[in-house]
Amino acid sequence: MACGLEIPLRGYSDGGRVFLPACEIARNCPIPELLDKRLVIVTGKGGVGKTTVAVALGLRAAAEGKRTIVCEVSSQENASRIFDHTAVGFHEVEMEENLWSISIDPDESMREYVLLQLKVRAMRDLLFRSRIFNYLAAATPGLKELVTIGKIWELAQLDRKVKQGRKYDLVIVDAPATGHGVGFLETPRTFAAIARVGPIHSQAQRLDAFITDQEQTGTAIVALPEEMPVNETAALEKDLRDEVGVAVDRIYLNGLYPERFSKPECERLTQLAETEQGSVRAAARAAVSEHERARSQRAQLARLRRRVETPVKTLPFLFEPELGPEAARRLSRRLS
Amino acid sequence: MPELGEVLEGKEICICAGSGGVGKTTTSAAIATGMAASGLKVCVLTIDPAKRLADSLGLEELGNEARRVDPALFERQGVEMEGELWAMMLDPKATFDELVARQAPDEESRDRVLENRIYQQISNALAGSQEYMAMEKLFELHTEGDYDLLVLDTPPTRNALDFLDAPKRLTQFIEGRSLRVFMKPTGLAAKVAGRGTSVALGVLKRIVGFDLLADLAEFFNAFSGMVDGFQARAKRVNKLLADPSTCFLVVCGPQGEPVEEAVYFHRKLVEAKLPFGGVIVNKVHYPAEKLRGDGAVDLPEALAEKLEDADLAQRVAANFSDYQALAERDARNIDHLASELRTKGVIRVPYLDEDVHDLAGLAEINRYLFATGEERVAMAAGRA
Repeated sequence: MACGLEIPLRGYSDGGRVFLPACEIARNCPIPELLDKRLVIVTGKGGVGKTTVAVALGLRAAAEGKRTIVCEVSSQENASRIFDHTAVGFHEVEMEENLWSISIDPDESMREYVLLQLKVRAMRDLLFRSRIFNYLAAATPGLKELVTIGKIWELAQLDRKVKQGRKYDLVIVDAPATGHGVGFLETPRTFAAIARVGPIHSQAQRLDAFITDQEQTGTAIVALPEEMPVNETAALEKDLRDEVGVAVDRIYLNGLYPERFSKPECERLTQLAETEQGSVRAAARAAVSEHERARSQRAQLARLRRRVETPVKTLPFLFEPELGPEAARRLSRRLS
Repeated sequence: MPELGEVLEGKEICICAGSGGVGKTTTSAAIATGMAASGLKVCVLTIDPAKRLADSLGLEELGNEARRVDPALFERQGVEMEGELWAMMLDPKATFDELVARQAPDEESRDRVLENRIYQQISNALAGSQEYMAMEKLFELHTEGDYDLLVLDTPPTRNALDFLDAPKRLTQFIEGRSLRVFMKPTGLAAKVAGRGTSVALGVLKRIVGFDLLADLAEFFNAFSGMVDGFQARAKRVNKLLADPSTCFLVVCGPQGEPVEEAVYFHRKLVEAKLPFGGVIVNKVHYPAEKLRGDGAVDLPEALAEKLEDADLAQRVAANFSDYQALAERDARNIDHLASELRTKGVIRVPYLDEDVHDLAGLAEINRYLFATGEERVAMAAGRA
């Protein structure tokens, strides 16, 4: 890549150039744009709209001609529901042109992994029937998360070993809700540490290297413009960066109300609400409410921007009862 | 709907459950505040480090020990605090360590687990450990009997089922028949060490690696002296959850997805024979007025006349129509929820203009949670 040793120093109006040490170069080298990566992890707290953003990103990438797959890691099938599609399960199912969806099941992923490791059928059958294997598979803490990440990695490979595996340009993961930060993404590193040597160690290390390769893997955090979600997003950004070591490329602040009324207008409407009755009064009060919320959201947006290093992009609140493919498509056009 | 105060009358444990992002932490804190105000000694247990909420309760940081909230803070908000409010934030790792220490037959077994490399790696991140440790702490506090009421803010689980299964899933790996495979002199630990000749084990060694298998066997082995203790305790925890003095409140939002999850969760509670107390729907858009009656009024025109500004009138009308659509969706979803749960007992908390993160907000929420039926109707009519 033509990321020479001369880096323009930001803030110099004369375009002055200056020599930087290697670490600075690494930091300043442009990394591929979010959708040009191989893997994008969409993360954030529960109820913030992760699935919607993951699907919208998928639609956007598909519209740009990229063969894209959106992976869900719980059995909830929220992504296929947006398309009014029946549950897809552990299958790569095409939702629209260039856009596939899969719901990753850990038990199926484990079977698939073993099938790839053991070519001899008799050996596999022996293992699958063995009590020790089944016990370890069910009881070993964190193994489900590890094989799930393993499957995500497998989907992102260009030379897939899985039978009839398609090649994807981009894999988007609708990550599990972060209860306490980053546990899911740290699983490979935890396993690499637990298994000091051996095949699991090297597999886990390979997965960790993939997740933390900032050229190939990016993350987007989805947040809401409210006090606590903003605090948690700032903490999550820090943990993802410092503890997991992944690139945080975007923060999408979801559900932003439009600013429909100015302050003087709002004052007039407050007066109107006091003197009028019926629907005129109700409409005026709804407008005042909307103004208050929009204002408080803007304050949270400003607070978030002060607290994080990642670019914050906003997504509008969609005034519609339930989200369908059209709404997701509209949202996808607003992504940047 | 009986008011919340009646539902919780005589209860010793109140568990607020629901999917993430529906306002469980706030609801738990508001319930605990309301019950403490009425004269009880209440402790609210949260797992979510909602920093500002801790700040607003006058607690610089919440730890694994309960702290009392200064009653003067409530007086400033006009809340008369007749009882006591205590709060704590669960530390799953510390709780797990305490549990191991309690269950270990001797110091050596305890240290063997606490110092085990795998234990140290997983005791924090173990799937289900947050959920299980929350139950564990609840059980411990209930046994000590220092409080009239314990309110538990359950950890955010993507799937409600995970939460009910947590004790089972967690004890699975240290309990029962399967573990004994490891512990017998001829068990896996010995087999891994090479004395066994099982073909399956040979295959397993090949894909897992000898060292990891040996470490895992050692990890499971370290727990061997505690299996019975863990099992007995899990049984008592489950019994406590099913006791009539326990009350599960389902918390959700008014959108389709959270409502479906609440229906599902309610079904699971009933199947597990756990005591369901009621459902709380947060952030509800109230229908502003019953507008069908004066449908003849052309709103944009009426507004334009009053405001003498056609453009502003259009925007006010458009905003109102968006707002009404959301209010109608909420009403439909809540009707659906009430009929699925075969209850009229849906407590609605409106979508307030400011998001709730301080004592003033909690006091506002409490007006809705603890209102009687008529008060609630009156408040709804008065809003927006």
